[in-house]
Amino acid sequence: MEFHLNPSSGVATYQQLVQQVHQALQLGLLEPGDQLPTAQQVVASLAINPNTVLKAYRDLEREGLVRPRPGMGTFVVGRLPRTDPAAQTRFRKSMSAWLRSARAAGLSAEEIEAIYRTALRDCSQEEIA
Amino acid sequence: MTMAIEAFGVGRRYGRRWALTDCTLSIPAGRVVGLVGPNGAGKSTLLHLAVGLLEPSAGTISVLDQGARSGPSQLERIGFLAQDSPIYARLTVAQHVRMGQLLNRTWDAAFAASRIKNLGLDPSQRAGTMSGGQRAQLALTLAVAKRPELLVLDEPVAALDPLARREFLQTLMEIVAVEGVSVVLSSHLMADVERVCDYLVVLVAGRVALTGDVDELLALHHRLTGPRRDVARMPAHQLVIEQSHVDKQTTLIVRSQEPILDPVWNVTPVTLDDLALAYMRQARDSAGPSSNGLELAR
Repeated sequence: MEFHLNPSSGVATYQQLVQQVHQALQLGLLEPGDQLPTAQQVVASLAINPNTVLKAYRDLEREGLVRPRPGMGTFVVGRLPRTDPAAQTRFRKSMSAWLRSARAAGLSAEEIEAIYRTALRDCSQEEIA
Repeated sequence: MTMAIEAFGVGRRYGRRWALTDCTLSIPAGRVVGLVGPNGAGKSTLLHLAVGLLEPSAGTISVLDQGARSGPSQLERIGFLAQDSPIYARLTVAQHVRMGQLLNRTWDAAFAASRIKNLGLDPSQRAGTMSGGQRAQLALTLAVAKRPELLVLDEPVAALDPLARREFLQTLMEIVAVEGVSVVLSSHLMADVERVCDYLVVLVAGRVALTGDVDELLALHHRLTGPRRDVARMPAHQLVIEQSHVDKQTTLIVRSQEPILDPVWNVTPVTLDDLALAYMRQARDSAGPSSNGLELAR
């Protein structure tokens, strides 16, 4: 796999790397046995700090998703549950219906986004509380 | 734990003017440290003190747990790249490598040769006819071939175009990954610092305004946007670093160990750029108009 960076995202670089491995696992692009790029390879292509790569790999190791093999590299050992495609379709449909009715009520794309972000934040704070 | 640079109350005076005042710092080894601050903040002075080119007027500074000016064996442990990648315009690439070999007790000729080859440099070319990026790469190669434990780089990419800058940083990070060398570099380019550094030191008007692990600093600071609010009414554990108010809205950058739960605030993360600038402004404003002539036009 190949990593890329979004410097303006406000997400810490190591978290961006972790998220990209998560996504690759969820999409089935990475499977147990696959090797992650070495720190040296990532660093040479992205010009980022090697400690950042190691930190991301340690996080992934703690989650049980990858394991370093000394002298060989870091390998995928775990899987992430792939979301049921039928569930994805169902939620996309209900969201589309919601979006159409919001549009019909005169809400702009920006307002809709603001509502979505606020609701998402409320939800995650309920989970924390 | 080995400390790359440790300074206690370090000051340096040029004539009557203090370029650095009461600088106290502990930077662990094994990091890539970004030293940032406005022009005249004392960045170059601090780096020159660390490599032993200058002697402090006050306080003590040690590098890799040894006094910064403790002798030739200490110099072997440090690779220094002064501003504008110093090279000798009339010497060829090969002559630079030969010079490095003759002037250093420790010298990794194989590293230098393979680096020159990988960079595609022509050994017979005079340095004066090379591009800025090539000169910077040559200077970096020489600094690393002496096998230092600490690399000190003063504005290494300031004069380079974006492509040469990226290539220089790629080389530097690869060296860090393979050789495990500690790095302290000064820069004005926050985007570069954000990419390559895992430790930040903000210097303003000769003083340390902020220092710490980059990820910890980012996790500790938040931008709050919400209805207009007097900062005197903020909770005690939320330290306001920067504030701006318009008619109905207040925007703050706060430092807080705890998550911001007050629902009136829209909380967003800050970038390293925002953070460094906020601390630079805060330090400049609190220093007052008398110090170092850094007056505020208001």
